[in-house]
Amino acid sequence: MPGTTKRGTTRRTFIAGATLVSVLPFAPAHATPEAMAAAIKEVVGDNAIREGRVTLDVPPLIENGNAVPLTVSVESPMSEADHVKAIHVFNEKNPQPHVFDARLGPRNGKAVIATRIKLGDSQKIVAIAETSKGEFFSASADVIVTLAACLEDLT
Amino acid sequence: MALLSVVFAASFAMAQVGADKRRSGYQDMGQALQKMQDDDTANPGMLFVQLGQQLWAKPAGAANKSCADCHAVADMKSVAARYPAIARDGDKPIDLEGRIRLCRTANQQAEPLAPESRDLLSLAAFVAIQSRGLPIAPPDDPRLTPFREQGAAIYQRRQGQLNLSCAICHDDNAGKKLAGVTIPEAHPTGYPLYRLEWQALGSLKRRLRNCLIGIRAEAYPYDAVEYVALEIYLMDRARGMRFEAPGVRP
Amino acid sequence: MTNVLINAPKTARKGEVIELKALILHPMETGFRPGTNGRIIPRNIIERFTASWNGSEILRMDLSPAISANPFVSFFAVATESGKITFRWTGDEGFAVEESVAIDVA
Repeated sequence: MPGTTKRGTTRRTFIAGATLVSVLPFAPAHATPEAMAAAIKEVVGDNAIREGRVTLDVPPLIENGNAVPLTVSVESPMSEADHVKAIHVFNEKNPQPHVFDARLGPRNGKAVIATRIKLGDSQKIVAIAETSKGEFFSASADVIVTLAACLEDLT
Repeated sequence: MALLSVVFAASFAMAQVGADKRRSGYQDMGQALQKMQDDDTANPGMLFVQLGQQLWAKPAGAANKSCADCHAVADMKSVAARYPAIARDGDKPIDLEGRIRLCRTANQQAEPLAPESRDLLSLAAFVAIQSRGLPIAPPDDPRLTPFREQGAAIYQRRQGQLNLSCAICHDDNAGKKLAGVTIPEAHPTGYPLYRLEWQALGSLKRRLRNCLIGIRAEAYPYDAVEYVALEIYLMDRARGMRFEAPGVRP
Repeated sequence: MTNVLINAPKTARKGEVIELKALILHPMETGFRPGTNGRIIPRNIIERFTASWNGSEILRMDLSPAISANPFVSFFAVATESGKITFRWTGDEGFAVEESVAIDVA
């Protein structure tokens, strides 16, 4: 009978299955919101994460995910007694959830780190600041990533 | 620093208002990328300019000469804004990378620099930045006319499996969206430029090849005169626009 | 061959908070990209960036594959005394680059 294999699956199902299988090797494992939450928990533990003090500056729309400018600023006196000792940034859809971890101290004067990051897809970014008093503050931002229309064919 | 960029952007925008309605790819980018291009301390292309500056001073080849031995950096001002040109010792048009390659072998008697190699692009970037801020000014050389016309014909001709011509996207549909991104007018105002897609500095040739592959046409070989002809046409089409190398583009 | 671009003021007042910027040429190959043969290009990234002021560490940053190629970092430091600010990048395939700039603090 046309359209069916010996096992009785239709050609449509077979093609759909074949397409899925052929796509898989080229689709690397993706981080998930759960993986990001787990990575955050590793850093924060059972401590509360508070809103405020952290500003995450990232463009809401970027034409290419290869170099997204990102700045994390944290309000802090940056004194010996009260300073930001670490800034951690996470993502939720790249193959792995970390972006960077920076260790700071009173010698920085200002708790600001700017860099450029890669985003494989439109997604949420989370920045967590850890203070010398053991407090955790966070901010998040959503970024939409588009891609150039005319790409290079490496082959 | 931020105020400077705002002033710059405003004055740049003002310069475009009035008679000249042409838009550089810079104007079609978001603010974040414009800032990246404008900030010499953050523009990734500046890494290559620095490398080019180092290579400029380094003696090379059997002649053991550096570029600096024959050329003052000040002499390079306006060069990139008026290329391609007819090579002094020939009749074929040559682009900036081609001119540097020619100097390398003929005058320095050194190993040729491979096309699209980091060293060649860095030297081109160092030469190009000397023209930054100047208007694009192709030479009025009648010998360039047949090549400019060849470039214009390629620009207008449909090609590739998608059967598109450059003009269909970049003349007729510039400003509209393709795959979520604004189609630029395709003026070569910033080459060599740092394309985020490449994560590296690249030449206009490389970008033209991307376009050809994008429309599923067969890209000409690297040394094809077609690229130079196209560049001659595009530079003429962009005459008077501000040269902004090293640019940043998505 | 490595190439580094550092932007730091040459002079500062004591106690002034200055901005330091560093850009370095590096592919930051993520280890997730398939190459032209379909096989994954191996990871090759800078893993750590540090900055020290006269030998005292003022910033330590652990990078991931999510940091862009030709990584750029900008941060701040209090100008304490004259001397040398040293930037160090280390990573895969034995990558180790160190660059210093002099600063005069009055």
